[in-house]
Amino acid sequence: MGVTSLFFYLFASITVASAFMVIASRNPVHSVLFLILAFFNAAGLFMLTGAEFLALILIVVYVGAVAVLFLFVVMMLDVDFSELREGFLQYLPIGGIIGLILAVELILVLGSSFVDGKAALVAVQPIPDLGEVSNIKAIGDLLYTRYIFFFQLAGLILLVAMIGAIVLTLSHRPNVKRQNITDQVMRDPEDVELHSVKPGEGI
Amino acid sequence: MQLLTEIPGLNLAAPEVFIAVAAMVLLMIGVFVGEGSSRIMHGLSVALLVIAGGLLVFSPENGAAFHGAFLMDPFARLMKVLVIIGSGVAIALSVGYARLEDYGRFEYPILVMLATLGMMLMVSANDLIALYLGLELQALALYVCAAINRESLRATEAGLKYFVLGALSSGMLLYGCSLVYGFTGHTGFEGIAAAMAAERSLGLIFGIVFILVGIAFKISAVPFHMWTPDVYEGAPTPVTAFFAAAPKVAAMAMLIRVVHGAFEPAAADWRQIITFISIASMGLGAFAAIGQTNIKRLMAYSSIGHMGFALVGLAAGTEEGVSGVILYMIIYMAMTLGTFACILSMRREDGMVEEITDLAGLSRTKPMMALVLTALMFSLAGIPPLAGFWAKYFVFLAAIQAELYVLSVIGVLASVVGAFYYLRIVKLIWFDEPEQDFVPMASELRLVLGVSGIFTIFYVIVAGPLSAIATTAARTFF
Repeated sequence: MGVTSLFFYLFASITVASAFMVIASRNPVHSVLFLILAFFNAAGLFMLTGAEFLALILIVVYVGAVAVLFLFVVMMLDVDFSELREGFLQYLPIGGIIGLILAVELILVLGSSFVDGKAALVAVQPIPDLGEVSNIKAIGDLLYTRYIFFFQLAGLILLVAMIGAIVLTLSHRPNVKRQNITDQVMRDPEDVELHSVKPGEGI
Repeated sequence: MQLLTEIPGLNLAAPEVFIAVAAMVLLMIGVFVGEGSSRIMHGLSVALLVIAGGLLVFSPENGAAFHGAFLMDPFARLMKVLVIIGSGVAIALSVGYARLEDYGRFEYPILVMLATLGMMLMVSANDLIALYLGLELQALALYVCAAINRESLRATEAGLKYFVLGALSSGMLLYGCSLVYGFTGHTGFEGIAAAMAAERSLGLIFGIVFILVGIAFKISAVPFHMWTPDVYEGAPTPVTAFFAAAPKVAAMAMLIRVVHGAFEPAAADWRQIITFISIASMGLGAFAAIGQTNIKRLMAYSSIGHMGFALVGLAAGTEEGVSGVILYMIIYMAMTLGTFACILSMRREDGMVEEITDLAGLSRTKPMMALVLTALMFSLAGIPPLAGFWAKYFVFLAAIQAELYVLSVIGVLASVVGAFYYLRIVKLIWFDEPEQDFVPMASELRLVLGVSGIFTIFYVIVAGPLSAIATTAARTFF
């Protein structure tokens, strides 16, 4: 029981607890915030196993981009989540069965690879031992040298996806009102009519 | 310059690098010049594709690059030249259409160029990851092209349909790739072939089946052809012309390389599958086209049938068979592009028409176009001495040499049934009364139609050298 074990149990217990809170909390914004907490602790777990690159990617990509996107969606969409949540417990049996099947499959896969040992033989190990180089360096070495071709191709696919999204959705409408600062500044104060508008009533 | 020396074999991929950079430069020009640049972009992209083709033809070096993921050999070179010709002609065909239908978008030629890049990488792919990435690059650009005229409800529907079914096929292909990787431990084709020669398990056969299903979607072979008629009909006609030519050639080239490069030890297994989809495609192509009234739908069924005929050569599993498939794809592309140039010139004062009956009496209103279209129809039906006959002759010859008698007999019968609907168009052209004249043909359509017609009619003159080239390319695998 060293400091590592202590941190492992700390991160693991917070991850499980916050994952539970994601589905249990009434307020969807709280759910997303708990999700972010779960991501942070999972990143901590990665860090403990020496996968510092994955840990940082998890924070940058999942917390920085995906979770914030979720937050925007949750806040902007007018969905009554408490209504959706009614009868939540009636899905417990089927959810439990799916969870059980997943657990059995995981145990089988892990068990067979430990017992059989064949999986380890088939797997090609292109990276050097993690004791020798840090894994950021190992990934970088592979990604930007041996797999540079695939890396660049993936980039081109993303470029096509971006062009496609713009081609299919962007439209230049003629009557869109845009801010013209010169017009605003040059406006004659005599022409401006001031109304005192009460909040929530409109003109 | 240091970078160039650090990546082994980058010079082999020079045409691809050129097209990628050119597409990005064109994109920048388009973004800054705006919608008005559509015409210039069409011209520029054709010119750049011609330069890339020149780079390809005048770089005699062969070999593998990027740790064996990218292969440059005579086969790849020939197929890439075909793909570039197909794409370049497709861009040229769209110039007039984009102007008259008023949807000129500068992104279209750029997307075609990026799709061409994807196709070239598919042809050269010697690794499952490279294969998938090339395929996806091509497919993603094609989905957008299908829906590029977003004012049209049918084009949008076609794009969506193509996207959903294409995503499904990609999923199957990936599942097959994961099975093959799982059972062999390799993604490179040489590694897969070596592992397969040592041991073949049932799981590996499943992997092969799924990969073939994924590729059969792309060449629209039965029973994975469902998207073809709807997408062909819904997409703007120049886009359909593009779909019918270059992507088919690229997917067929990829299929040849996958089965002969990676799955050669399991030849007995995949030859059964290819034989089945070949028979099914020929049969459906022949019978389903009879009832069609829309010429684009008819061409869709025609292309399904032709893919079936081309697969006859692949089913033989021999060098003659592969060389037959290559010849078939060359001739198929020439005939298809010519036919689509005709379809694109079916324009009256009030817009495009697409019904077969609109061709009635063409011999009296446009005698030259009628003559060439008749030759193309006879050629598509496989009547000697036109190009289409020789295409079928070589694949059936290879099949008979490989003792696939049943397949050959079914193929010839399907060809006879298929001749009916091509001859129906010929009858409409020469023996029916004209209703209304088409507007004069645009010059680029005339050029494409002329070249395609000359190639089809006088194929016998170039038959010798073309066969020699195809044989050299096919020898890559044997």
